[in-house]
Amino acid sequence: MSSLIDFPILALLAITAVTIARMRDLWAAIMFTGIYSFLSASWMLILDAPDVAFTEAAVGAGIATVLMLSTLALTGKKDRQLAHAPIMPFFLVLITGCVLVYGTLDMPHFGDPNAPIQLHPNPSFVEKSQHDMHGLPNVVTAVLASYRGYDTLGETTVVLTAGIAVMIILRKEKDDGDQEASTETIS
Amino acid sequence: MRTFPIIRVVTKILIPYILLFAFYVQFHGDYGPGGGFQAGVIFASALILYGLVFGLESVKRVAPPVVIEKLMALGVLVYGMTGVLTLSLGGNFLDYAVLEHHFYPHLFPSGQHLGIFLVELGVGITVTSVMTMIFYTFAGRKKIV
Repeated sequence: MSSLIDFPILALLAITAVTIARMRDLWAAIMFTGIYSFLSASWMLILDAPDVAFTEAAVGAGIATVLMLSTLALTGKKDRQLAHAPIMPFFLVLITGCVLVYGTLDMPHFGDPNAPIQLHPNPSFVEKSQHDMHGLPNVVTAVLASYRGYDTLGETTVVLTAGIAVMIILRKEKDDGDQEASTETIS
Repeated sequence: MRTFPIIRVVTKILIPYILLFAFYVQFHGDYGPGGGFQAGVIFASALILYGLVFGLESVKRVAPPVVIEKLMALGVLVYGMTGVLTLSLGGNFLDYAVLEHHFYPHLFPSGQHLGIFLVELGVGITVTSVMTMIFYTFAGRKKIV
């Protein structure tokens, strides 16, 4: 039954990806990447990963699109026309794709209970968290914030570092409109 | 600059619900899907939507860049200080079990719950402010029409 939704979404994902690759108008391409993100968010929701779907919808379809559009406002709307047909990169991509598809043949079937992902971090992880967390039902949060708190601390620091890097690279030294203290605190 | 009355009105109606949803994802993250990262991005997207429709200057009045850049560091600090707190209470770094208390246990969250809450709050603050700051720096390069 779910294949009624699965296959159309996967097909749409593939079509969107090819369309983006063939497109020369960057504004339309950004709109299509937004559509692509939204489709993959729906796809992740079908795979029972609402956390990832949230993130994909908010970051991929929302903020990334806005940021790419504002980049476009700074640069230009059109990709330059290529002088010759890019045969070599095409074959490279084709070969890589074939290798990846070949690689999936070794992977366990979708939803296979004996797949390593179901067995390796120990099924007891799920059972243990009920006791350890005093009945917090969300195992994902328990793993993310408690069992692997260090990991998430590192991730948060990465986000902070990325923000600082963007600020240092892109921030204008002199704001022409507002002389706020924002620029002098960093320099 | 042209004005789009419908977009302005719809944005004004939508933003409170986006913020409310962000808070729901943040504080309900222990029970449902979600958590600091997602909530932060949703919260920031409300600010960015406001900035897109009403202009960079008005969103900078709501969330001044000076405050936002302090909040970026504050989030990580909240996270780190939770770890230091558990250290000083005699546990390991980020070992929330030592936050367990006997002060109205049914009213206030238990140790693990409290630790996760604090940590997620830190993540949420950092992600919100970093996303907003990235938007500010991108949009501040040139006036977006």
